[in-house]
Order: sequence, then structure tokens, then C-alpha cells
Amino acid sequence: MHNLTIAQLAKGLQSKDFSSVELTQHFLARIAELNPAYNAVITVTAEQALKAAAAADKRLAAGNAPALCGIPILHKDIFCTNGVRTSCGSKMLDNFIPPYSATVVENFEQAGAVVLGKTNMDEFAMGSSNETSFYGPVKNPWAIDCVPGGSSGGSAAAVAARLAPGATATDTGGSIRQPAALCGITGLKPTYGRVSRWGMIAFASSLDQGGPMARTAEDCALLLNCMASYDDKDSTCIDRDVPDYSADLNNSIKGLKIGVPKEYFSDGLHAGTEDAVRSALAELEAQGAELVEISLPNSALSVPAYYVIAPAEASANLSRFDGVKYGYRCEDPKDLNDLYTRTRAEGFGEEVQRRILIGTYCLSAGYYDAYYGKAQQVRQLIQQDFEKAFAQVDVIMGPTCPSPAFKFGSKGDDPVAMYLEDIYTIATNLAGLPGMSVPCGMVESKPVGLQIIGNYFDEARMLNVAHQYQQATDWHDQMPESIQQGAES
Amino acid sequence: MSIERHEIEKLATLSRIAINENTITEVSQRLGSVLELVDQLQAVDTSGVAAMSHPLQATQRLREDEVTEINQREAFQAIAPDTEDGLFLVPKVIE
Repeated sequence: MHNLTIAQLAKGLQSKDFSSVELTQHFLARIAELNPAYNAVITVTAEQALKAAAAADKRLAAGNAPALCGIPILHKDIFCTNGVRTSCGSKMLDNFIPPYSATVVENFEQAGAVVLGKTNMDEFAMGSSNETSFYGPVKNPWAIDCVPGGSSGGSAAAVAARLAPGATATDTGGSIRQPAALCGITGLKPTYGRVSRWGMIAFASSLDQGGPMARTAEDCALLLNCMASYDDKDSTCIDRDVPDYSADLNNSIKGLKIGVPKEYFSDGLHAGTEDAVRSALAELEAQGAELVEISLPNSALSVPAYYVIAPAEASANLSRFDGVKYGYRCEDPKDLNDLYTRTRAEGFGEEVQRRILIGTYCLSAGYYDAYYGKAQQVRQLIQQDFEKAFAQVDVIMGPTCPSPAFKFGSKGDDPVAMYLEDIYTIATNLAGLPGMSVPCGMVESKPVGLQIIGNYFDEARMLNVAHQYQQATDWHDQMPESIQQGAES
Repeated sequence: MSIERHEIEKLATLSRIAINENTITEVSQRLGSVLELVDQLQAVDTSGVAAMSHPLQATQRLREDEVTEINQREAFQAIAPDTEDGLFLVPKVIE
């Protein structure tokens, strides 16, 4: 059953080939058996899941159940779940049991989806390797000594290892697309404002966006249909109808104009990754799409602009963790200041502290204009590059990340080496555009991701292109060897 | 680029993060390496470019000033480190 896609599982449930309880038991058993090797899931909610599955079976029996009714999924541990620990990968929230659920979580609940548990992640979503999690790193199912990417590494590894057919994730600078690429699955970061951020623990509020991860574009469309909604409780959510993202999947891509930015194929790109991406472009060309060379001249500025804006917003967002109302509190504080400063020094990991300090520096008196103001101006320039490009082309494509999954610890002590991992993904967050990653090849037995960037609210077209690509290729069907042993469906 | 010790101390105070004396040099080096990266921005000519804060130029919505939340004090305090009589407790501030 774990080799079926969400679309196939939904059909099976509707036609009573198996029940949601059976499906849920199957995935729970897989998590129990395989998760210790990957550390992808950090909280399993077996009891609640089986209860939800039984309820879903009743809805399915009554007929007219929504598409995701009875489908097991996992939530990234950044989404608040009422009554279930939500740690955000941090010691700071290791004991935090939210009294409410995120809008995204509620959307899935109403659709009758079954939540198997919560996935591991870089602490407060700050990282590209999952090495910053308080709960230890997630292992890449394709290569156990390599990172799964981050920050949504737990969700990506879980889907790759068939611990769940789909999962929620979030993307601030590449946190959906980069781990999707490194784990050989499909992931989509929607347009900023498409998915509610309410109840999603904030990192950098003007960049954060939730989105789906699954094995296929068709499944991502099903998940996005449920995830996307207008929400009064998120003041940056855009009030715009949610289309049926499954409706256009089968459209022909004849005549589609694909922009290929020359800056995305420059120094630092792994030769094998480049070959795989070029082959994918050739496949789309064979299907009738037209490749157009474009330029995004300010791309190189996206990483420096991001490392001002994201830490600045993070330093403000994370000031709420002070040991007073919830979360970690240090032992025996001698006064209020000691309570704050020791709670934060002990509760936050090294990378999170570093970003808070950087953000505080960029926002502090005398530096604000030179750093934050300047970065917001550069952000405008980056957006203008995309605007010009989208006047000529329908979608933009290139690699998701510079090379396949790297070994644990290989980025060394210099934080900047890790930051450059997101060189191709960050610009879309700064511009607020949607982006996705689709498996498009293997290098050194590790997956490569093709990145598809769309215009604002053009997710349906991106999913259409990705689906057409997946109809003609089977990279998304590849399965890591480590999970093939004893894998019966 | 490295940051002076007193600057690190000031940032730590502003951020309310206790910094371990033994790690100041290391923290300074690593922050310096990040600042070197972001300093690339200084070379860009941005004269006449407006700062961008929301990707879709959306402005904040206003709503009627009505009470929409119910009182959930007990639920909220159940997860607090220390409470008494409906109040959140912290170490004594005023003698």
C-alpha cells in the first residue's frame, strides 16, 4: 500500500479495496519499523490517528467524502496541533503542547485526513541539512551518511521512505524545495499569501509559506487543494479563490515558454546536476515547450539580501520565547534578566542564536538603513528581474540546488558554506513567487531536483507542467534501496 | 571581518541571550563571516529604488474592533512554567 500515490490510495478507499484503519495501521507499522533509522518522525500520534481513521471510514461508507478523507499524512513540527507537542525542532518548545491548531491543520482535519504524527526539522526552520534539530539530524533514505536537506528534512525523508504518502512543510528560503530535491520527491512552495500562516510558528514572516510534499505533482495538487485557503486570522493571506489544482494537470504543454536563467547554470553547479536538469528541459522541449534563455541579473544578491531580511525578522519573531508563558525556562533564575538571558541561551541552539544576533545587529541603531533598508531595496530589484522575465515566458526552470545530498558535517564551521546551498531557491521567497522541485535524475546514486518557478498564483500551471513531465519520466517512482528490502505493497 | 568584543556583548544584551565568555571569539568570527557575505549589498546602487516589504504590495487589512476571542486563560496557563491565582510568575522585580 505504501507504494501507491495519494491519488491511488484515495481511489482504493473510495472503492473499499481497503479501509482507512488498515491503511493507517500499515503506515504506523512502517514508521515503527523504519523510522529509527531515519529519525524523520519525532512524534507519533497512533491513538488519535486510528480514531480519525475510524471516523474517516464512516464518512467514506456514507459516500460523498472529500478526496483526502482517510489518507494518512504527517505534519511538519512547525504547525501547531491542538493537544500534541509542537517543538519546531527546538529545546525551547520541547514541552510545548499548543492549545489550538494551525489553520492548515484544521483544513486537513475537516477533509478527514489522518495525521500519523509530526516530522523532524531544523530548529525553527533555520538550516538546510536538518543538522540543527534538537532531536538530532534526519538521515537521507537514499544515502544514510548524507543530509536530507532542510529545513523540512523530516517531511521529505518520511515521504521518500514511504512512511507517509504526503506531508506538510514550510519554505522560507528553500526549505520545501531543497529537501524535496535531495530526497527525490515532489514539493511545492506556493505564492506568498496562498496558504495561511496562522498557527505556523513564525521564522521570517514576509518570506514563510507552507506547502505540500508528496511523490508526484498530482498528489501535491490534491494536498494543495486542501491546504490553500483564505484566512482572516493571517493578515498577509490573500483573499482570492482557490482553484481546483487537479483540473489542469492533463493539459498539453505545447507552446509553453520556459525561461532558462543563465545565472542558474554558472560556477558552483555540479556537472551531474546540470546534465540531469538539461535532460529534463530537453524532455519538455520534446513535448512541445519552447526554451528561452533569460537573465536574472540580480540573482547573486539574493543570498546576501536574505541573510539580512530573514535574521532581522527572526530576531523580532523569536523575542517571544522568554520562558514566561510557555516553553522552556532555565532552572533557578536569580532575577528577571537572568531568567530571560539564560532561558534563551539554554533553549536556543547555536544557529538560531547566531541568526538572532545577526538580525539584531542589522536592526540596531545606526545599522538599520545600511542593512535592512538596503536589503529591502535589493529585494525590489530581484522582484523586478522576475517581472521582466515573466513578460516573456510562462515558467522559469533550473536546478533546485547546486549539488546532490552532501555528507553530515561536510559544510564545516563556516555558516556561509551552508547558506549557499539555497542559492537557487531564495530569490523566489524574496519575490513571493511560487516554486517547486521535481525529481529529474540521479547523480552518484542520489536524486537531483528540477526547479520550476511560476508567476504569482500560477501553481496550477506549474503542477500541470510537472505532471506532464512525470507522465513521460519515472524519476519520481524511484525508490531508495534501503527501503526496498522486505517492502511489500 | 570580525566584530569587536564590546559589540558582541551589546548584541547579546539587546537579544537577551547570555553569551559564554569562552565562545565570544568564535561567535565573533562566525558573525563576521556572515556580515562579510551581506556586505556585498553595499556595492549595489539602489538610489531611487523603493524598499519592498510585502511581495504583492498588499496592505494590512483593518477589521471592526470587536471581541472575537473567548477567554481561555486556564488552557493557556496550563502550559506555563509557573503560575499563581491566574497570574504568570517570574522572579521578584520590585523589592
